[in-house]
Amino acid sequence: MKLVTAVVKPHKWEDVRSALEVVGVTGMTVSEVSGYGRQKGHTEIYRGAEYDIALVPKVRIEIVADDAAVDEIVDTILRAAQTGKVGDGKVWVSPVESVVRVRTGDSGPAAV
Amino acid sequence: MPEMLSTALPLVAVDPTTASGDTAWLLAAAALVLIMAPGLAIFYGGMVRAKSVLNMMMMVFGALAVVMVVWILVGYSLAFGDDLGGGLVGDPTQYAAFKGMLEEVPGAPYPITLFATFQGLFAVITVGLIAGAIADRTRFGTWLVFAGLWTVVVYAPVAHWIFDFSAGDHVGGWMANELGALDFAGGTAVEINSGAAGLAAALVLGRRVGFGREPMKPHNLTLVMIGAGLLWFGWFGFNAGSALGATNTAAIVFVNTLLAGCTGLLAWLAVERFRDGHATSFGAASGVVAGLVAITPACGFVTPLGAMAVGVAAGAICAVAIGLKHKLRYDDSLDVVGVHLVGGLVGTILIGFLASSTVNGVDGLLYGGGADQLGKQLVAAGATLAYSFTATVLLVLLLEKTMGFRVDEDDEMAGVDLVIHAETAYDLHTTGGARLHFGPETGNLQS
Repeated sequence: MKLVTAVVKPHKWEDVRSALEVVGVTGMTVSEVSGYGRQKGHTEIYRGAEYDIALVPKVRIEIVADDAAVDEIVDTILRAAQTGKVGDGKVWVSPVESVVRVRTGDSGPAAV
Repeated sequence: MPEMLSTALPLVAVDPTTASGDTAWLLAAAALVLIMAPGLAIFYGGMVRAKSVLNMMMMVFGALAVVMVVWILVGYSLAFGDDLGGGLVGDPTQYAAFKGMLEEVPGAPYPITLFATFQGLFAVITVGLIAGAIADRTRFGTWLVFAGLWTVVVYAPVAHWIFDFSAGDHVGGWMANELGALDFAGGTAVEINSGAAGLAAALVLGRRVGFGREPMKPHNLTLVMIGAGLLWFGWFGFNAGSALGATNTAAIVFVNTLLAGCTGLLAWLAVERFRDGHATSFGAASGVVAGLVAITPACGFVTPLGAMAVGVAAGAICAVAIGLKHKLRYDDSLDVVGVHLVGGLVGTILIGFLASSTVNGVDGLLYGGGADQLGKQLVAAGATLAYSFTATVLLVLLLEKTMGFRVDEDDEMAGVDLVIHAETAYDLHTTGGARLHFGPETGNLQS
């Protein structure tokens, strides 16, 4: 099992979700996060005082999936979230040791 | 009227001061209409997404500033100056910058400057309302230019048509005088006018990115409720102030305004409960405003029972009409069409049915007055709609081609608060990420 984590532009998250539903992903955890990378932050001005705001709002999507499904999930996220501009985000995959479904106690692939 | 100065002075021993009671009420009423502008900013501000609430509020506040200045310079004169021909528009030079209006007129019911300022605040609200149709996607500078031009090209002429009554040597507008249509406080000039303009602007500028696909739900419904409350409060000045005196008519209008808000709320909630299964807070706020919109033209002509009927009709019809934009796919973002155009039509037309001579001397169809008044109401409503829509389409097109009216797609997605105003409404990252950067002018503050 793997954990797929994606950080994407907020207005792309609805596209990503729709595309993932098409390839059979039935659930995910989503958080509103902020961070920065190559995409510049911005300046805000309050009564003439300028503030450099480094953090850019993003959406983080986390999906625990069976090994066999991971490539398709990553591809799907890439296709749905890409605008070709700086700040499109990242997707990474990490190993997951175990998963247990709280309601049933099922573990392993049956729980994802 | 200023021209009375030369003749009235030596002949009779009139009270040298203006009527203090009427003047006091009109002063208070004008202040009440003013608070409708921030009320509208809060009402609209809560409805948009968090990334554009400041821009929404700025559109209303910006319109307030621009429209009032333009009104004093030329708008009032266009609306209430002597008619230039055909009842279409007043003389723009006659009262330019309140020329010749400042001396006290003995025996006048109220100072003419006060009347003119009160009327100017109506123009402010009308322009502010249009902003709701094009939320989230317009350039602020172009909006301010639009606000000024629209006041001159659309609001002032329409106000002349319906609000400028002929008296003595003064010739007013065609709707109020030749046609004889009734509009107590602005069902045509304010509500149908802003609604038709909102539809035109929304159609020309196009839908927001993601309209109908992404959620665009109101970011703060408590603001919407507070805004609706402030609007209701201010609406007493709008309607009862239009009686232009502390009179029995003002009292009837006051209670009618209150009642139509109440029944508008109840009718909208009833539609929601049966259609969607739930009575919502957003529906309550919308129902109040729909009722108030519809009673605006009718408040001085119907009985309290009639006012309740107007509120019910507006609440129910507007609750259904707001669904049109999803069917027809035009992005009237905050339902200026569904509430103000439709509500304005409901109120203006219902005068033809519900006017009662016990209130103001005119009977509608249901009170045995025949269909005569109804026909006049339909002409006034149709003419306002057609002129406002056509003129606004042309004006928005002109500004889009010359200055650019709509923001870039990237800027729209990032949010107009940040891109246009360099501010965010809510500081949700207080722990970090903001570094005070002293610009070149203030650099020495560091030492």
